[in-house]
Amino acid sequence: MLIPKNYANQMRSRILVKVVESFYKDRFESADEIPIEMRPKDYDSSRCCIYKDRAILKYRMMAAMGYTPQEETNEAKQLKDYGKDALKRQNHAKSCLAVIDIACSACVKSQYMVTDACRGCFARPCVMNCPKQAISIVNGRSHINPDLCVSCGKCLEVCPYHAVVKLPVPCEEACPVGAIRKDEHGVEHINEEICISCGKCLQSCPFGAIVERSQLVDVLNLIHNTDKKVVAMLAPAVVGQFPFEINQVVGALKKIGFDDVVEVAAGADITSKNEAAEFIERMKEGANFMTTSCCPAYFRAAEVHIPELKPFVSNTKTPMYYTAEMLKKEQPDCVSVFVGPCLAKRTEAEYDPNVDYVLTFEEIGAMFVGAGVEIGDCEPAQFAKVSSAQGRNYPLSGGVAGAVGNLVEGEVEFRPERIDGLSKENIKLLKKYATKGSENNMIEVMCCEGGCIAGPGCIALAKKAARQVETYVAQGTNQKDMK
Amino acid sequence: MEKIQVKICAGTACFVMGAPQIQALEFSAPEDLADKIEVTEVRCMNHCSQGKGYNKGPFVEVNGEVIEEATMEKVVAKIRDLIAKEEEEKC
Ligand code: SF4
Ligand code: SF4
Ligand code: FES
Repeated sequence: MLIPKNYANQMRSRILVKVVESFYKDRFESADEIPIEMRPKDYDSSRCCIYKDRAILKYRMMAAMGYTPQEETNEAKQLKDYGKDALKRQNHAKSCLAVIDIACSACVKSQYMVTDACRGCFARPCVMNCPKQAISIVNGRSHINPDLCVSCGKCLEVCPYHAVVKLPVPCEEACPVGAIRKDEHGVEHINEEICISCGKCLQSCPFGAIVERSQLVDVLNLIHNTDKKVVAMLAPAVVGQFPFEINQVVGALKKIGFDDVVEVAAGADITSKNEAAEFIERMKEGANFMTTSCCPAYFRAAEVHIPELKPFVSNTKTPMYYTAEMLKKEQPDCVSVFVGPCLAKRTEAEYDPNVDYVLTFEEIGAMFVGAGVEIGDCEPAQFAKVSSAQGRNYPLSGGVAGAVGNLVEGEVEFRPERIDGLSKENIKLLKKYATKGSENNMIEVMCCEGGCIAGPGCIALAKKAARQVETYVAQGTNQKDMK
Repeated sequence: MEKIQVKICAGTACFVMGAPQIQALEFSAPEDLADKIEVTEVRCMNHCSQGKGYNKGPFVEVNGEVIEEATMEKVVAKIRDLIAKEEEEKC
């Protein structure tokens, strides 16, 4: 994917900046002015009217403060009060994606539509073949009753004039596991039980109707209103997310109040080591193949949707896990904040007692802007631990398998394969491998196409980010040469 | 014909506000424009700290003309505008 965002998603960054700004300005006292300021009276509304726009903006801001639209029980409750409540909560709300119902529902209920190309022919195969009698003739043309249509597509197949078109529902199409579906009113809902938090729906909705509970306010609160030591754990995908030297980004994080910054690429080196040892052991035991485990969206997909694959998934922990473990050993009292490209990491963190909070690159970007910090003006600062070239390469598709391959060389045969992007098709492919076996013995699975540099929490153009990661990799030493 | 200079601000504020989306011009400019423009990534041009503020970002300069709340659409339209003007002058 070349363009990481659309205008709808861009709005999310703006909202995050606004929320940070409002935190600094008066601890949300005047937060309710923001939707009005963003959609003033004479503004050309992007929807039906500015009033609906403002209502949607309120929900977006609530999400940035950590509340889903569904949590609104009292419609009169103001943003200022949501903000104050957010500042009072001890633990962040559980991570979750949700749909702003008034922003959604714009997409068709029936996925099929008869166009003007319909000739109202005598044969009428569409009427004949519709299993639900959803098609009738109105004004000499065929018409689909959306209340009866079940989107089976038979009419499209049989029309000799190609008069029937399929209208895609972007979020449903993007979701690899069928977790997002319309209710009887045509509004989408996410089934939390089976959602893998990949964020694909959020990236794909042209109306930006899908939001996610942020932990931004919680972290701001910890930094500014408590004397706790707050440490950022920076995912390797950070290189390339901001057009500056990585050391300056570290400096900027310190400037906005993080006490310390550690590099998750150092944890990635432990993952590579353990995963290589596990791989050798499994292969010697005669396993057909092994898959990586560090992408939490994939990990959960295997658990919930491809159970037959579970025995093949590596048991090695993720770079975030090892980094947090090391950190908490050294500084047991600190608050650890993972900063990365990923929404699924928020879910992973819920099962990891060493990871207290998870932010995205977009969210720290908003923190920089809202706090008025220009990264380019920041003093460069160093990471405490130096990572290897292989650890740095994790965020690119092929990087994890490459790191393992580097360490198993000469020990066992290594035939890597990349599953670059967890699409519906790739899930089928993985199912096949689990039941029928695979030709290759090391399968790396990345839920995001291109790797974590294309994750839903990224802000940079994936292509440019990849270049910067490559340069950073080239500056690192081979893990084998490090002690 | 001299190339049209497109300067995309990659200061922190503009970058977070959506400049990367316009950087796609570096890789996939519309075919008829690709060899008529020169796209550069620049540091903060101070539009964000003067007057308008970063809320009006991202800022892009096309031959020196400032575009605020820049989007791919706006930038491409501006480029086409300039090309049309130049052609007119030639006649
Ligand atoms: S699995 Fe991914 S695309 Fe599907 S609902 Fe969850 S976050 Fe959205
Ligand atoms: S590929 Fe990376 S960013 Fe995307 S879901 Fe997996 S771990 Fe998260
Ligand atoms: S960051 Fe773009 S003008 Fe300052």
